[in-house]
Amino acid sequence: MDFELTEDQRMIQRMARDFAQKEVLPHVAEWEENEALPREIFRQMGEMGFFALPFPEEVGGLGAGYLSYVLAVEEISRVSASLGISYAAHVSIGTFPIHLFGSPEQKDRWLGPLLRGEFLAAFGLTEPNAGSDAGATETTAVFRDGEWVLNGTKCFITNANLAGVVVATAVTDPGRGSRGISSFIVPTDAPGFSVGKKYAKLGLKASDTAELIFEDCRLPADALLGERNAGLRQFLTALDGGRISIAALSVGIAQACLDASLPYAKTRVQFGRPISSFQAVQFKLADMAMETELARLMTYKAAWLKDSGRPFSREAAMAKLYASEVSVRAALQAVQIHGGYGYMEEYPVERYLRDAKLMEIGEGTSEIHRLVIARSLGC
Amino acid sequence: MCMKQVPETTEVKIDQAQNRVDTGGLTRIINPYDTYALEEAIRIKENSGATVTVVSMGPDEVDQSLREALAMGADEAVRLSDPAFEGSDPLATAYILARGIEKLGDYDLIICGRQAMDGSSGNVGPGVAEELGLPQVTFVRKIEELKEGYIRLQRMTDDGYEVLEGPLPMLITVVKEINEPRLASLKGLMKAKRVTIPVWGLSDLGADPSRVGPSGSPTVVAKVAPPPPRSGGEIIEGTPEEQVKTLVAKLKAQKVL
Ligand SMILES: Cc1cc2nc3c(=O)[nH]c(=O)nc-3n(C[C@H](O)[C@H](O)[C@H](O)COP(=O)(O)OP(=O)(O)OC[C@H]3O[C@@H](n4cnc5c(N)ncnc54)[C@H](O)[C@@H]3O)c2cc1C
Ligand SMILES: Cc1cc2nc3c(=O)[nH]c(=O)nc-3n(C[C@H](O)[C@H](O)[C@H](O)COP(=O)(O)OP(=O)(O)OC[C@H]3O[C@@H](n4cnc5c(N)ncnc54)[C@H](O)[C@@H]3O)c2cc1C
Repeated sequence: MDFELTEDQRMIQRMARDFAQKEVLPHVAEWEENEALPREIFRQMGEMGFFALPFPEEVGGLGAGYLSYVLAVEEISRVSASLGISYAAHVSIGTFPIHLFGSPEQKDRWLGPLLRGEFLAAFGLTEPNAGSDAGATETTAVFRDGEWVLNGTKCFITNANLAGVVVATAVTDPGRGSRGISSFIVPTDAPGFSVGKKYAKLGLKASDTAELIFEDCRLPADALLGERNAGLRQFLTALDGGRISIAALSVGIAQACLDASLPYAKTRVQFGRPISSFQAVQFKLADMAMETELARLMTYKAAWLKDSGRPFSREAAMAKLYASEVSVRAALQAVQIHGGYGYMEEYPVERYLRDAKLMEIGEGTSEIHRLVIARSLGC
Repeated sequence: MCMKQVPETTEVKIDQAQNRVDTGGLTRIINPYDTYALEEAIRIKENSGATVTVVSMGPDEVDQSLREALAMGADEAVRLSDPAFEGSDPLATAYILARGIEKLGDYDLIICGRQAMDGSSGNVGPGVAEELGLPQVTFVRKIEELKEGYIRLQRMTDDGYEVLEGPLPMLITVVKEINEPRLASLKGLMKAKRVTIPVWGLSDLGADPSRVGPSGSPTVVAKVAPPPPRSGGEIIEGTPEEQVKTLVAKLKAQKVL
C-alpha cells in the first residue's frame, strides 16, 4: 500500500494551487458579485492543460490520470467552488460521455476544442419532473426525415451559457421506461435549441446554471451518442466519475474552511486569550481537520480505483456522500468559529457554507447516494 | 540560465553539527529569484528565437525543478552532479557551473538570479562571469535593448537605477522587479516528463578536481545558528503627543539622540 502521490501528481497539485492563488483568488469576489465567470479564465485553463489532464494522449489529452485531475479540482475549488463546479461539470459529465461513448468522428469533432477550452460542455439530464428519478425523463427525440427532432426542457444545467456543446438525454422509445432513453450530442447553435434564464441561486453564484430548451430542435442522424436506448446507462456511468469530482470539490471547500478558521481562532482574542485555547473551539478544528482528511482519502481512493481500471462506483458514491456532508459540517463550524464575523460577507466562510450545500444535492442527493450504497451491499 | 533548487519553507532547520542548513524533508522549489531569470530568458526566446538552456548543479531531486523550468518554456536542461561536487562553496559552485556552460558552447547571455533564497551569498553569478572571463552586470531590473553583440540594461541601485550598455556575451543577475514570472503549464510538465536530462560529472566537464568540493572551497563557515528570537520590545502608551515625548526621552537616555 502506498499513500504517496507521485512526483507528477505533486507537481500538478502545486501548479493548480499556484494557478488558483494567482489567477483565481484575486477575482473571486468580483465574479461572485457579477454572478458570472469570464470566458477568459476557461481559455487560460485550457491553454495550461487543466481540461486535458485525465484524457489519453491519443485524443489530445495529457494522460495524467483521473487522480491528477481530482487534485486540480480540489485546489481550484479551495479558492472558488463556482469555478470548481464549472470545471468539474465540463470535464467529468460534459466531455467524458463523448470520450467514453462517442464514435471516432464525434470524438474527432468535439474533444479537441473541449480539451483546449475553446468552449465548455454541459450535461443535460435533470428535468422539472425528472430529478432523482432520471428515468422519468420527458424530453422526446423522434427520428423523422433522416433527422432527430428533440422537444423538452432540461433544468438546473451547469455551464448552459458557456457551452458549445451539450450532451442531453431524451426518450426515443416511449413505453420502454429507462430503457427507452438515448443521449444526444447537441451543438448549441443547433436550430431549435436555446438557453433559458439564469437562476438566482443560494451559492455558487458565479457558476452558470440555466435551463436548456429544445423546441423542434433538429439534429443530424449522427447526433445520437453511442447506442440507441443506452442513454441512461451512459449517463449513470458518467455520473460515477462525476461523483468523484464533486467529492474533490467538497474536499476543497472543507479545506478552505480549515484554512480560514485556524488562523482566525489563533488570533481572535476573547476573555484575554485566543479563542483557539478554548477546548470547545479546538474540538471543532480537530473534527474539521480529521473529517477533511478522511474525505480526501476516500476521494483519492475512488480516483485511484478508476485509474487502475477497477470497479469504483460504490467508492465514488461513498466519497461523494461523505465529502459533501463533511463540507457542509466544516462550513457550519467555520461560521460558528468566526462568530458574528462569520455571518458577514467580509469573511469568506459564509460563502463556503452557501457553496457547500449544493454538494449534498448535485449529481445525486445524499439520500440517493445512501440508496446507491445500500443497493451495492445487496439491499 | 543558472537555476538553483532550494527548500520551500520559512522554517528552515539548521544542522548545527554540520554547520549548514538541513534540507532534509522539505519541499524543493526553483529558487524564487531564478524564476525571474528564467522568465526573462523565455521572453528573450519568444522575441528573438533564441534557445534557452537551464543549467543546475545539484542532486537527483533537482531534475524535478529542471522539468518545471522546461514546463515554463525552457528548451533544454542540464544537471551537473558528481560525488566530488559535494561540499562546494559558492566559488567552487561557480567554477563547476562555468565548466558546464563552457561545455554547452555557444552562448550569448547568461542569466542568474540575484541570490539564492537559502545560501544568499549572491556570489555565484559574478563567480561564473569571472571564471568565463565575461563582463557582468548584477541587479538588472530591465533589459532595454538586446541585439547581436549588444545589450543595454538598467541596473538597480539603492536610490534609483543606472543605464549600462555592453557587448555580448555577458552575464547578468536579475532582481524581481524585472518581470512577472509565468506559471508552468500542466501541458509543458507532461511533455517535460519524457525529456531525459543529461547529467555531467567531474570527468565530463574535464574539471580540475582540486577546484571542486571541499578542496576547491576556501570558505570556512565559522558557525551556523538560527537568529536570536526577537525580544519583546516596548510599546509606549498614551496620546501621540505623550508617546513622542516618552520616546524622545528614552532615546536621549540611551544616548541615541
Ligand atoms: C447548482 C446546480 C447545478 C446542477 N447542475 C446540473 C447539471 O449540470 N446537469 C444536470 O443534469 N443536473 C444538474 N443539477 C440538478 C441536480 O442533479 C438535481 O437537482 C438533483 O439530482 C436532485 O433532483 P431534484 O432537484 O429534482 O430533487 P428531487 O429529486 O425532487 O428530490 C427532492 C428531495 O427528495 C428526496 N428524494 C427523491 N427521491 C427519493 C427516494 N427515492 N428516496 C429518498 N429520498 C428521495 C431527495 O433526496 C431530495 O431530498 C444541478 C442542480 C443544481 C442545484
Ligand atoms: C563550505 C560549504 C560547503 C557547502 N556544501 C554544500 C553541499 O554539499 N551541498 C549543497 O547543496 N550546498 C552546499 N553548500 C552551499 C552551496 O555551495 C551554495 O548554496 C551555492 O554555492 C550557491 O551559493 P548561494 O546559495 O549563496 O547562491 P547565490 O550566489 O546567492 O546564487 C545566485 C545565483 O547563482 C545561481 N546558482 C547558485 N547556485 C546554483 C547551483 N547550484 N546551480 C545553478 N545555479 C546556481 C542562481 O542563478 C542563483 O540565483 C556549501 C556551502 C559552503 C560554504
